[in-house]
Amino acid sequence: MSTLLEVQDLEAFYGRTKALHGVSFGMAPGSITTILGANGAGKTTTLRAISRMVRTAGSIRFDGQPLEGRATEDVVRLGIAHAPEGRGTFVHLTVEENLRLGAWGRRRPGSLQEDFDRVFGYFPVLGERRRQMAGTLSGGEQQMLAVARALMLRPRLLLLDEPSLGLAPLVVREIFRILRAINEQSGVTVLLVEQNAALALDLADHVFLLETGRVVMSGPSDVLRRDDAIRRAYLGY
Amino acid sequence: MEIFVQQVVSGLATGGIYASLALALVMIYRATDVVNFAQGEMAMFATYICWSMLDAGLPYWVAFVGTLAIAFVGGVTLQRVIIRPVEQAPILTIVIVTLGLLVIFNSLAGWIWTYVQKPFPSPFPSRPFKASLGLGEGHEIIFGAHELGQIGITLLVLLAVYLFFRFTPLGLAMRAAAHNPVSSRLVGIRVGWMLALGWGLAAVVGAVAGMLVAPILTLEPNLMGGVQLYAFAAATLGGFASPGGAVLGGFIVGVVENLVGTYVSFIGTELKLTVALGMIIVVLLVRPTGLFGSSVVKRV
Amino acid sequence: MRRARLARDAAILVLLAAACALPFLLSNFRLFQFTQVYIYAIAILGLNMLTGYNGQFSLGHGAFYAVGAYVSAIMMDRWGIPYGWTIPVAGVLCLVVGFLFGLPALRLQGLYLALATFSLALAVPQILKYFEHWTGGSQGLVLSKPSAPFGLPLNSDQWLYFLTLAVLAVLFWAGANLLRGRVGRAIVAIRDNHIAAEAMGINSARYKSLVFGVSAAYTGVAGALSASVIAYVAPDSFNVFLSITLLIGSVIGGLASISGALFGAFFIQFVPNWAQDISKAAPWAIFGVFLIGFMYVMPFGIAGAIRLLWIRVTRARVSPEGRNAVPSQAHTTT
Repeated sequence: MSTLLEVQDLEAFYGRTKALHGVSFGMAPGSITTILGANGAGKTTTLRAISRMVRTAGSIRFDGQPLEGRATEDVVRLGIAHAPEGRGTFVHLTVEENLRLGAWGRRRPGSLQEDFDRVFGYFPVLGERRRQMAGTLSGGEQQMLAVARALMLRPRLLLLDEPSLGLAPLVVREIFRILRAINEQSGVTVLLVEQNAALALDLADHVFLLETGRVVMSGPSDVLRRDDAIRRAYLGY
Repeated sequence: MEIFVQQVVSGLATGGIYASLALALVMIYRATDVVNFAQGEMAMFATYICWSMLDAGLPYWVAFVGTLAIAFVGGVTLQRVIIRPVEQAPILTIVIVTLGLLVIFNSLAGWIWTYVQKPFPSPFPSRPFKASLGLGEGHEIIFGAHELGQIGITLLVLLAVYLFFRFTPLGLAMRAAAHNPVSSRLVGIRVGWMLALGWGLAAVVGAVAGMLVAPILTLEPNLMGGVQLYAFAAATLGGFASPGGAVLGGFIVGVVENLVGTYVSFIGTELKLTVALGMIIVVLLVRPTGLFGSSVVKRV
Repeated sequence: MRRARLARDAAILVLLAAACALPFLLSNFRLFQFTQVYIYAIAILGLNMLTGYNGQFSLGHGAFYAVGAYVSAIMMDRWGIPYGWTIPVAGVLCLVVGFLFGLPALRLQGLYLALATFSLALAVPQILKYFEHWTGGSQGLVLSKPSAPFGLPLNSDQWLYFLTLAVLAVLFWAGANLLRGRVGRAIVAIRDNHIAAEAMGINSARYKSLVFGVSAAYTGVAGALSASVIAYVAPDSFNVFLSITLLIGSVIGGLASISGALFGAFFIQFVPNWAQDISKAAPWAIFGVFLIGFMYVMPFGIAGAIRLLWIRVTRARVSPEGRNAVPSQAHTTT
């Protein structure tokens, strides 16, 4: 399959308010795509649409299978892991329990221990804190936990919502470095929503820009990065 | 001294019943923010089902376990069929639904099995135990075997529930679903079914309580009315957000109720209820979230 | 908007006229039932103010009803005060009691307030029996049914019907003004987001206690009226079921609603009778089915359902752009 994720004319609604007005894009397996845009542009909504957390119209196909009409839990079992806005940590459970839960929807067999090893390899600090209550972790550690939890699913598509939000620059750089490593090593396709355009463009292969629910620009990230006019107009730097 | 110990043990026995029902209430509350007012009546109904099985000649433990199975299925079915349609409705709407269930169960029980009190057997021998405190002869404590058995079974059930939630994957998933349903869906947990399982488990715990208390109070449709009130007191004392607290609260309420009834002269059996209520109000004024509850910090 | 208000006002006038005609068309017993409905409606409106508009859960309003009833009864029985005076006195007393109760209630949220009020409701019959000297203990107090004043050609039941209807009309009108004005908006703001409300300068604590007081006053007046209408007070009539019944009436009628109080009152007065007609053997089971059924079909109560219907009917006339507007949740209704 040349496209793992295929989105056509996607509209999304909060109640009766339309937040996405016909978004279309595709993602090749193993690629990293980033969605950029101002607040309220519909970036998070796009991820939520894929995870079936909002009402949609239009078509979303994952590995050829339509996602419309499926519940979130079922979409997860197809291999889509979503690290949501705000991280969605189970704050009253331990780090280890959070990770165990990440593997809950996993269809593919394999030992949990392997997954723990892999995840602690990427995020050693989580290994150190595995029996700690997740709510006591720092913001950066919780973000790592969110990504780690998503990885426990052994997903084919990883949806990341603003991993840099509220984190110190050093921590963010570290997380992005790990994301690149994860993508290179396991080939997981990544769809990343970000406000930090510079870092996102650095990591991603493709980018598209949302403005009030519509795609206004899309293309390979290095092209956009090099085009001064576009950068200044849309990305502010 | 002997009377004191006897009353404490008695109190622990009834306290175990309160603890069980309180645990059932708290389990459902934590998962759904709804207090299931019908919990006691569901337990009573399950006890009647057991009675019917015993009446049909089944041996006690077969009927006991059979009732637990039926209670479980019943609880799951109730959640899926009756509660789920109004899951998203305002809390008071759901409360009214549970009140409706309360009335339905109570009335149905009276209709099916009549309001005549029925004796309910205890699986424990009726001969009391004697134990001495080592204070010499003449100082012996008499325990009813049923009381001890009650404490034993209650503790076993509570332990089993604790182990289930703490150490099994399903228990973990249920805790997660109660704690954060949105994130639970994002890891593939079918939150709806977790809630249903919660109701099933709560029904089982309630059924145990019903079957243990029926031999003492005799079986009739209003069997669990008073017990449910004490269970509320227990859950409030422990803090509605804490299952462990609710259990401990149950034992405390049971013991205090007994001791107050024994040692304070003007409180006969009627005003015992007032003691429970007084306890609720005092706790709520001093520590609104109960002994073990923590105040919920909500992000604005 | 104005059309809706005109329609509503017209409907109210028509209903009032019809209500005034009833005493000459119905039997005394039926009239008594309708009088009871109006009494419940006043009590439920009190509860609606507190729980529906202000978000403070009360499972114990029967206590205020009892206070009102007994205050009125004791004044009539012991001090021979005419029933007419006992009603406002009961109201004022309950206002004070409610306000005082509202102060510690400030510390309790949601479930815990419900539990505290529930405990209060449970304790009421016992407290009433305890103070036998005043309350007549378990036997209660037998009162005399007032007859129509000024030699009006009405029997007792008819007179009491009109009196209750008049009190209902006045209290509902006052309540509507209160709830639709600044105070109403303030208490709803407190319900929806009390931190934001405080940030806007609303003194949450003062309003919450005041609402408790006014709510108790309404229910107390209802209780006082019932003392005269039934001409008998006894502790067991004011047990926890009364509180639960009032809550049921409130939710079924529509929590944050004025008309809902009337719908709810009709429900709690007549549906148990219908349930009994349907099944003598298990009438409460039928009642429970009614409860659940109503909540399925109208989760926001009868008044809520009417409002949603009204919106759907009038939306057909709204322009296409208007259709994209986010509808407000049916949190408050008329």
